[in-house]
Amino acid sequence: MNPFSSETRLRDMIRAIRACKTAAEERAVVRKECASIRAAVSDNDNDYRHRNLAKLMFIHMLGYPTHFGQMECLKLIAAPGFPEKRIGYLGLMLLLDERQEVLMLVTNSLKQDLNHTNQYIVGLALCALGNISSAEMARDLAPEVERLLQFRDPNVRKKAALCSIRIIKKVPDLAENFVNPVASLLKEKHHGVLLTVIQLCAELCTVSEEALEYFRKKCTEGLVKVLKDAVNSPYAPEYDISGIADPFLQIRLLRILRILGHGDADASDLMNDILAQVATKTESNKNAGNAILYECVETIMSIEDSGGLRVLAINILGRFLSNRDNNIRYVALNMLMKAISVDGQAVQRHRATILECVKDSDASIRKRALELVYLLVNETNVKPLTKELVDYLEVSDQDFKGDLTAKICSIVEKLSPEKIWYIDQMLKVLCEAGNYVKDEVWHGLIVVITNATNLHGYTVRSLYRAIQTSGDQEAVVRVAVWCIGEYGDLLVNNVGMLDLEEPITVTENDAVDVIEAAIKRHTSDLTTRAMCLTALLKLSSRFPSCSQRIKEIVNQSKGSLLLELQQRSIEFDSIIEKHQNLRSALVERMPVLDEATYSVRRAGSLPADTSTSQGNPLQIPNGVPKTIDAPLLDLLDLGADEPAPQNSSAPNFLQDLLGGDILSSASQPGTTQPQKSGTDVLLDLLSTGPSPAQNGSSTTDILSLGPDNNNSNSKTSLNALDSLSLSTVTQAQSVPASSVIDLLDGFGPNPTVPKDNGPAYPPITAFESGSLSLVFNFSKQPGSPQITEIEAKFTNKSSGIYTDFIFQAAVPKFLQLHLEPASSNTLPGSGSGSITQKLRVTNNQHGKKSLVMRIRISYKLNNKDMLEEGQISNFPRDL
Amino acid sequence: MVELDDETAFPFFITLVTTSINLLLQIHFVLLISRQGKVRLTKWYSPYSQKERSKVIRELSGMILTRGPKLCNFVEWRGFKVVYKRYASLYFCMCINQDDNELEVLEIIHHYVEILDRYFGSVCELDLIFNFHKAYYILDEVLIAGELQESSKKTVARLVAAQDSLVEAAKEEAASISNIIAQATK
Repeated sequence: MNPFSSETRLRDMIRAIRACKTAAEERAVVRKECASIRAAVSDNDNDYRHRNLAKLMFIHMLGYPTHFGQMECLKLIAAPGFPEKRIGYLGLMLLLDERQEVLMLVTNSLKQDLNHTNQYIVGLALCALGNISSAEMARDLAPEVERLLQFRDPNVRKKAALCSIRIIKKVPDLAENFVNPVASLLKEKHHGVLLTVIQLCAELCTVSEEALEYFRKKCTEGLVKVLKDAVNSPYAPEYDISGIADPFLQIRLLRILRILGHGDADASDLMNDILAQVATKTESNKNAGNAILYECVETIMSIEDSGGLRVLAINILGRFLSNRDNNIRYVALNMLMKAISVDGQAVQRHRATILECVKDSDASIRKRALELVYLLVNETNVKPLTKELVDYLEVSDQDFKGDLTAKICSIVEKLSPEKIWYIDQMLKVLCEAGNYVKDEVWHGLIVVITNATNLHGYTVRSLYRAIQTSGDQEAVVRVAVWCIGEYGDLLVNNVGMLDLEEPITVTENDAVDVIEAAIKRHTSDLTTRAMCLTALLKLSSRFPSCSQRIKEIVNQSKGSLLLELQQRSIEFDSIIEKHQNLRSALVERMPVLDEATYSVRRAGSLPADTSTSQGNPLQIPNGVPKTIDAPLLDLLDLGADEPAPQNSSAPNFLQDLLGGDILSSASQPGTTQPQKSGTDVLLDLLSTGPSPAQNGSSTTDILSLGPDNNNSNSKTSLNALDSLSLSTVTQAQSVPASSVIDLLDGFGPNPTVPKDNGPAYPPITAFESGSLSLVFNFSKQPGSPQITEIEAKFTNKSSGIYTDFIFQAAVPKFLQLHLEPASSNTLPGSGSGSITQKLRVTNNQHGKKSLVMRIRISYKLNNKDMLEEGQISNFPRDL
Repeated sequence: MVELDDETAFPFFITLVTTSINLLLQIHFVLLISRQGKVRLTKWYSPYSQKERSKVIRELSGMILTRGPKLCNFVEWRGFKVVYKRYASLYFCMCINQDDNELEVLEIIHHYVEILDRYFGSVCELDLIFNFHKAYYILDEVLIAGELQESSKKTVARLVAAQDSLVEAAKEEAASISNIIAQATK
């Protein structure tokens, strides 16, 4: 070493960094080192280049930027000596990745080194290429690597084999060049070569159907024999792991056999014997043995059925499941999930054990077990299983409650045998974890409750009890408040008592108390408070004696700074005060909500234009038939983006009440609006601020106090849940309509109000390849310019059918992307059909940056995996 | 062209359905983290930008270092699995696909640790700090492209030793040349 160098040695630098007591000190040391390395870089210092690079690697590991060292790697690689190259390649792999352009500069050095006479230098180049090669490099250097598969030293051959895997992953069309060399290398004896060539063979089989066929025909028998030899080989200390001969090799052999045997009865037959031998003879007291058994089970499950083996496999999993080692139990749960499709009955036998695993202290195991239980639930066991899960909900960890609740709700919704059970279970879940349930869940519960006509009394009484004990769980409070508002009279009079119920005495004042408590307790939650106000209005009619008290409670919100609450309370106050004659009709009980519509809507699979044919004429007391679907949709949070039913027999006053967009489409019958102003009502429900007023209010009516005027969306959607019951009845009473209009002028019909949809954007062809085209249609909602709704439409111009069609998209950080499920995953050929999928993009830098998106489309054509990728940057500006 | 937001432009693809089953074991990255959360070695076989890398390390050390000793050695993370094993004060972590054989990865970790142990002679964290490059050289003889390349510990040891001696030979040669120059210029 040069004694005159003032620079520190690597060891000293590490020591200095380790001696730092604070992060600031460390930063100072690193800064100083980096400065001197930079100086050396610009001086083109040859003597200490390798030492500087080593230092940089250490600094890099600490998380500091080291890009200025990238060129140093290239210089070291280009140096003639082994030591320089060794550290240079290490730096290259550490400081760069395949996405850096600098990497291209190294292609030439790599090529030279791949042809070097020193096998270790060849090894270094292969290693670097295998770890960070880009597609271009793979293409350029593939011939060299292919040649090295035949190199005299096995250690180079094995590196070349792994390098080929990377090359094929990057450039799948190169696969065919490797098929023949691999077939001959599979006869190797050297474990390292065998190990890696098997992996390469597996990779070839996954990218190329022809390669798979070829290997299946030519090599299955040979590989079975190799496995046989490996399993029965005498003790070889070099490859022995806890008494098992080279488990790594055995596992890879089992894996390649799985690929070859899958879907091919002949190949599967060839391997039956050896699989049975592995499954029965492998020691299972050490991890290595279990790893082999695990792989073996997976292979047995995937190849063509031969009854006996499957039983063997399931038994192994059963043994795993009762193992005390958590790792083994974890993989057992994992495998049982796959085994369900093969032999559901056998998995069911382990139900009790699996259920215990849901309660395990290990989060990884709990999660797996829960997934598995979810798959195990069916009509016959839903009750006991749900009971177990609900019981466990009480004691589970806070951070597990979310997952658990979601699964329970989904089970209950999917498999509930009867309504009372559904309601009971949901109430339990809401009481335990009401803060974790999603809005759809309690919305769904309300729909079920309204449909269970004979259970109204029971439900409202149960909820009354529940809100007393679990008043802190928002979802319970909301459902309870809604039900008490609707069915308050049933609560007080104990109507419809079931045998199993304990009678309770609730006075009218008690019922109002509950709601008053809720409104006070949940001061920060707009939705709950708004629901409380509506419930109070309803109770004022159901309990005339409490009317005065209710009026006082309602009045307290008159001064609320939240527009929505203020407006509601003022309106309701005036209804209670001045419009006694109207009130009872206004707040009549809600019509039964249509479950089918709701569930279809929720699934989101209903085409946008079917609501016209969906009018469900409903007979209400005074005999005026009307369509109820539009309000229902609103009630159920399904977005007001549907055209109003244009065949509605009644005047569209009702729809006017419900939102500007419906109003506008109703006033222009027959036209489809490309841009709907309805926002996701859910969003609106949750947002407290009024949407920016776009139209000046011309009315001076008391009810349109706020800037939130006639055509504002947020109000109508927020009101949706309750204004419904008002509106349906108002419409029925067409005689006093004029006064109602006056009263509710805030919502009043005002067809002249211009509709503001924001500018329209032309559709773009986002992606076009030889056979596939993708068109984006855009829409925006006024009031939220940063959100763009995109409807993606895929068409297939080729003659083949695309199956397993998956569209993926990625966006930069300033965007947020939400993908809805696609309409289908099969795309018929010749442009005869299309898949549509909705995307919602939120641009956090709206106005500054345009949208940009990277997409990946994968599908199967004639059972062959296809992948198309692209970047979309031709979005209209200002999206 | 629209300007993309630095190198982290497209962090992760959002997928709704994952149907393709990966039949190959592929290790996406290897991490060595100390009990205090210090990074001792990182090796990335799938492309992650610098920002993503530090995010990954932060997320994983948060998840793994807090797990109790009796729990299983796997954590599920962003649709992948991370298999980890603690040796003294160091956590060895490898990230694999959902469907890969976790038990085998544990065995690979152990394989690597045994080789390190033989090379350094009962390895400790300090060995890996001061000779981090050696730990990388050894790892490069065990894994390439996230796949296992050698199941014989002896072979790996032999290959690393052979390359070390090449470096030593070069050093000696350089030293003797500078000696000769020093002698000549005396």
